[in-house]
Amino acid sequence: MISLATTTRTVLRGRKLPRSLIGGGLILVISLVMAIWPTLFAPYDPNLFDYNALLAPPSWDHPFGTDSFGRDVLSRVIHAYTIDMQIAIFATVGPFVIGTLVGAFIGYVGGFWEALFGRLVDATVTFPFLVLVIAIVSVLGPGLGNMYVAVGIVGWVFYARLVASEIKVQKRLDYADAGRVMGYTPMRIVFRHLLPNAITPAIVYWMTDMALAILLGSSLGYLGLGAQPPAAEWGVQIADGKNFMNTAWWISVFPGVAIVLTGLGFSLAGDGVAELLRVRR
Amino acid sequence: MTSSTAQTTMSDGTKGLVVRGLTTTFDTTRGLAIAAADVDFDVAPGEVVGLVGESGSGKSVTLRSIMRLIREPGKVSGRVEWGGRDLVAMPAEELRKVRGGEIAMIFQEPMTALNPVLPIGAQIEENLKAHTALTGSQRRARALELMNIVGIPAAERRLDEYPHQFSGGMRQRAMIAIALACSPKLLLADEPTTALDVTIQDQILKLLLDLRDRLAMSVVLVTHDLGVVAATCDRMAVMYAGRIVETGTVAEVFARPHHPYTRGLLGSVPRSGHSRTMLQSIDGTPPSLTALPQGCAFHPRCSFATEICRTDRPPLDLIGAGRRVACHHHEEVAAAEPIL
Repeated sequence: MISLATTTRTVLRGRKLPRSLIGGGLILVISLVMAIWPTLFAPYDPNLFDYNALLAPPSWDHPFGTDSFGRDVLSRVIHAYTIDMQIAIFATVGPFVIGTLVGAFIGYVGGFWEALFGRLVDATVTFPFLVLVIAIVSVLGPGLGNMYVAVGIVGWVFYARLVASEIKVQKRLDYADAGRVMGYTPMRIVFRHLLPNAITPAIVYWMTDMALAILLGSSLGYLGLGAQPPAAEWGVQIADGKNFMNTAWWISVFPGVAIVLTGLGFSLAGDGVAELLRVRR
Repeated sequence: MTSSTAQTTMSDGTKGLVVRGLTTTFDTTRGLAIAAADVDFDVAPGEVVGLVGESGSGKSVTLRSIMRLIREPGKVSGRVEWGGRDLVAMPAEELRKVRGGEIAMIFQEPMTALNPVLPIGAQIEENLKAHTALTGSQRRARALELMNIVGIPAAERRLDEYPHQFSGGMRQRAMIAIALACSPKLLLADEPTTALDVTIQDQILKLLLDLRDRLAMSVVLVTHDLGVVAATCDRMAVMYAGRIVETGTVAEVFARPHHPYTRGLLGSVPRSGHSRTMLQSIDGTPPSLTALPQGCAFHPRCSFATEICRTDRPPLDLIGAGRRVACHHHEEVAAAEPIL
């Protein structure tokens, strides 16, 4: 997106990166590397059963212990990065892009479309997000693909609302009138002039939304509606370990720590981006 | 509202701007606000016309109505002829070609009128992109040329800078460069110097006049500053409560104001070369646009007012070549002692 590139260029001009962005960015880069090349880090095959070490506590051989099938928890946590980072990105990119486009249209045109969209927002926020997603997944059937669809159907509304309200503010400023007076087409005014000025909150929300998407993906995995059991996914792993909480806490705790850490990474990065973009003007 | 019957130097319809019966209203919760009523004026090619009045007198609204910048719930009626076509009724597609290409506009506050996230050079090129078939490097060259024309130093480097890196005066120059990109025939300037300090004001006005000569362009200058009008305009129109109350050449109006409001405005400007006196002000405040007084809108503040002023609104009568005034007692006003 050109607009994104221009925004970033403006913002970075001679400014120090906030610490939260450096910290969050570091966590996210490490997470991404593990997601792309899990075999480089994982000591074992995540699906290898070792019947000689069932429910083994953390040790030098298995730093995070093993689960009830003797699978190495550390290897499974590392391999789960692949799926969970995928969830963070795939479950949010669609809503971000669709929501931004729709929001830009609604904010600029207003009138009937805005009223219609307002009712849609009302209808959406009436239901808790998770309940709505679960309802849609249970209609479509469990699985990651359907989960992305379900999140997409619900999630774009929040982005659209953010962008629409910001565009409504921007379109009343003089430079929007100046654009109209120069004879620019509405398309050009919206996408080249208004959107780069209006997209900041949506980007910040996007970062936090990725953290929420991981939580959601894990929740659905735990409930058996997201990633399906043999797969290494943190929610699935926590569900696997729930029967052994008293005797083998490590099965659930380490994937939980991974969720918290990755979520922290996204939140910090989101804070950092917000801080970075706030100082301008 | 039939002042269009009395037309003088009616231009031939192909040259310059002809505004007839331009009326802009806003439907507000407190009733219908008449922001501009039955506004008539002409701008000949190469002419600088000043629209003068207090805040809320309808001068900016008139300018914005000409460019069709009035948003809902605002309504515009009347005719704005430009090259034989009516801007008010023109389809959006055609209007886009006129805007920026033939008619350009600059705004009061150059900071908010520039896009904060695009470099100045890119914003000039935007206009060229919309109206010309120039290639990227030609656009860049033209942008550089424009920066030089409006007098921005180190133009080459500043093309890539952002609005926040420009000072107020430089921003207004940049705004003018954007507006002039496609060599418009008419420039509408909405208080272009109000946000600038006095020395910069003077530079910008000189620049506008210089550009008018070089590019043979007409200018409509909206301002509340009579000094600016005296220094730059050929003709002027004084507005009060949404209506034009007096028009004429700047020299005529300044020498012999025929409307008590114009007289009051002129009296409120300090002058050098006279003995020290109290500065005159016009008593009272402008009326609310939703509740205009009966008759002449100025009568509650007017020392010449009589019974007829309270009941009948004076038409904008012709009193000389290109000279009009809307006052029942304009002869009396003209004959009165100068206010100073």
